[in-house]
Amino acid sequence: MFKNPLEAFKYIEHQEEIRREKLKQLSVYVCVGTGCTANGSRKVYEKFEEVLKDRNLKVALQRIEEGSENENPVKKTGCCGLCSLGPLVKILPYGYTYGHVKPEDVEEIIEQSLVNGKPVERLLLTDPISNKKVERLEDATFFKNQTFYIMDAIGTSECESIEDYMGRGGYKSLIKVLSEMDPKSVVETVKSSGLRGRGGGGFTTGLKWEAAFNSKGERKFVVCNGDEGDPGAFMNRTLLERDPHSVLEGMIIAAYAIGADKGYAYIRAEYPIAVEMFNKAIDDAKKFGFLGENILGTGFNLDLEVKEGAGAFVCGEETALLASIEGKRGVPRPRPPFPAQSGLWGYPTLLNNVETYANVPKIIRDGVENYRKRGVKNSPGTKMFSVTGPLKLTGIIEIEFGTTLRQVIEDICGGTSNGLKLKAIQIGGPSGACLSEEFFDLPLDYDTLKSVDAMVGSGGIVAITDDRCMVEVARFFLDFTKRESCGKCVPCREGTMQAYTILEKFTQGKATNEDLENLEYLSNIIKTASLCGLGKTAPNPILSTLKLFRDEYIEHIEGKCPSGMCTALKKYVINPDLCKSCSLCARFCPQGAISGERGKPYVIDQEKCVKCGICFDKCKFNAIELIG
Amino acid sequence: MERSFEKVEDILKKHDYDRKKLIKILLDVQKEYRHIPKDVVNYISVALGISPAKIFGVATFYAQFSLKPKGEYEIYICDGTACHMEGSMALVKAIEEELNIKPGEVTKDLKFSLDKVGCLGACALAPAMVINGEVYGNLNEEKTKEILKKLKERKADENV
Ligand SMILES: Cc1cc2nc3c(=O)[nH]c(=O)nc-3n(C[C@H](O)[C@H](O)[C@H](O)COP(=O)(O)O)c2cc1C
Ligand code: SF4
Ligand code: SF4
Ligand code: SF4
Ligand code: FES
Ligand code: FES
Repeated sequence: MFKNPLEAFKYIEHQEEIRREKLKQLSVYVCVGTGCTANGSRKVYEKFEEVLKDRNLKVALQRIEEGSENENPVKKTGCCGLCSLGPLVKILPYGYTYGHVKPEDVEEIIEQSLVNGKPVERLLLTDPISNKKVERLEDATFFKNQTFYIMDAIGTSECESIEDYMGRGGYKSLIKVLSEMDPKSVVETVKSSGLRGRGGGGFTTGLKWEAAFNSKGERKFVVCNGDEGDPGAFMNRTLLERDPHSVLEGMIIAAYAIGADKGYAYIRAEYPIAVEMFNKAIDDAKKFGFLGENILGTGFNLDLEVKEGAGAFVCGEETALLASIEGKRGVPRPRPPFPAQSGLWGYPTLLNNVETYANVPKIIRDGVENYRKRGVKNSPGTKMFSVTGPLKLTGIIEIEFGTTLRQVIEDICGGTSNGLKLKAIQIGGPSGACLSEEFFDLPLDYDTLKSVDAMVGSGGIVAITDDRCMVEVARFFLDFTKRESCGKCVPCREGTMQAYTILEKFTQGKATNEDLENLEYLSNIIKTASLCGLGKTAPNPILSTLKLFRDEYIEHIEGKCPSGMCTALKKYVINPDLCKSCSLCARFCPQGAISGERGKPYVIDQEKCVKCGICFDKCKFNAIELIG
Repeated sequence: MERSFEKVEDILKKHDYDRKKLIKILLDVQKEYRHIPKDVVNYISVALGISPAKIFGVATFYAQFSLKPKGEYEIYICDGTACHMEGSMALVKAIEEELNIKPGEVTKDLKFSLDKVGCLGACALAPAMVINGEVYGNLNEEKTKEILKKLKERKADENV
């Protein structure tokens, strides 16, 4: 639609004006990200629309209509990161934010907040740190302690609307790039920003761009890695759902910088909402002339399409991903040549992560110097993390590099929710490490983590409390990598299988000292001899737990599981001092494993016991203990 | 059973008979038939000039494809990190009890199939499962059984 950059620029300024006005008007923002949708947010959205159309609510309608030229006052917004409290609803202009909203609550919210301008107390969120109700999302400690940069306009960005993205200054960076910068200076800018790839490795993005820029080829490609097969991680999904245009704008700028005319966004099919959003973003960007033929009249062409991944973790590896786009089995190949030299169908291909691309428009907008104000010297900027585990708050957060793990866990997520002590933090997904308490105060950045044999990875953080067994955690990750190994090379295929078998021996209480040695030896071989990153990093969970939680392995050899998680090693016993011989446990034991007589402590026959734990739950005197 | 290949034709047409779009084509086939039928593979093989072996190679590689039919309700239990830690295996047990199938199996009447998957990207709602594209989160054994019971009933109602 726009014939030249100036025309587009003026339109965007107009949209910015509209957005400023919009934020002052009465409106309802309902989160429709995956988490909230699963909790029923779309029904809440429909209910708002339905009730507000109702003639009886004339007052509310009038107030809404006064300023908004009959626009729909109910808006869809993307994930705010607090999915565990969803469905989330935010009321403007007051900023009241409600959690766990049900369709039944809608009328009350309209009556109380839209008509009377007051908050509905019972639906306000509770700040897990101060334990107080907060009226506005922005006032909660967990939000104050984050830095929203890639995830701007929390709770008020309309994920499906390109106009709203423009209203937030979107596509201005593209205009600037196309009208003021030559490709080389774009590459230079990204290089001097110090941006590092958010897909796991933390490779300097500018260097990759430079390699693709310098490569000669009849044509070039840009590819966005939205595979995110990392279990426990959903930052990319969140970003694609809440702000697809920011990723798209980054890709278009990248294509211009390296001279690509075709691009693919590889998004896994398990993310249907993200696929839908990105497809819509592409269509809308084409309509406005930011994408397609002769972009903004500058003669630059770019064709983009979404490729759905079909669910294989190894497809996140760049060479495997490219094979998958070509329609083949997603099997990695040795590098070099790197994709920047020879990628899709042999042409130079630039491949970056979703979040990496989303940083690009911001770098152009703010300038290198301002961009580098966030984060630390060698890891500038912010990073999104997905935090899970038994914490008061879980979900997506965004922090500056350099924040410590303890700040994340305590100041943002409010500490553990089960009253137990935090024993470890697993970071970096299946290829990452488990860190123990002495590392919690290290700043989170690429180099610091690397120096302690851990990695930022794509950004999964899992809190592990005392009730978890570290050997079992390692076994779980190996089970994952073993299944996901593509099987192309022996060290990875056979090695992960072997390591898994040994870990299973540990969790079943059958391991010996020799197994411990073998496990360590094997892990190091897999690490050095595997072809791709999957195999090279697969032993990390083993090696880190062996290093930091070695005593747990040794206890398993001795037949004990300190956390009591490994069922095979569990034992229920009756403490004779506490037993009141009430016989309750014996009556409930499905195996008839408990016997005793009046006046004497009861006993459990370990041969018959199947460790169901029923007796443990039933005993009113806490006389039954779990030892392991 | 004789299959008419109109639907396959439609899918191929939609993707311009483009060999490069094999994965997209197979995703659509999977959606249509709830698995990748052998005769359909042969049909695609001829239409696109790709050997059946290669198509099977692709179809067996990715978790989204199945050579065996899936149920009318496809249940995917997440066993990713977050879900595993929050007790996804208990959900598998609940489903086993309710439907009598293990991961990788289908009920005799082809109504339900059960699979374990890596991560659904809904980790904040762990443990989670997806049934026919709909995400269910914060589950426990009772809730899971409840959902399955409802689905069973829904089917029964429709048949009346
Ligand atoms: C087994 C494996 C899985 C990977 N999965 C992903 C992924 O899901 N998303 C991603 O962006 N990068 C993933 N990577 C890293 C990519 O290979 C690649 O380095 C990255 O996408 C480059 O983008 P960046 O420079 O912007 O980080 C994976 C690597 C390996 C070895
Ligand atoms: S290291 Fe593992 S995943 Fe990578 S190519 Fe070898 S077998 Fe495949
Ligand atoms: S229920 Fe408790 S107190 Fe009663 S017999 Fe059993 S162990 Fe003893
Ligand atoms: S754990 Fe279960 S089987 Fe074992 S003694 Fe208690 S009730 Fe009986
Ligand atoms: S999906 Fe609504 S807050 Fe994440
Ligand atoms: S680990 Fe289950 S949804 Fe991510």
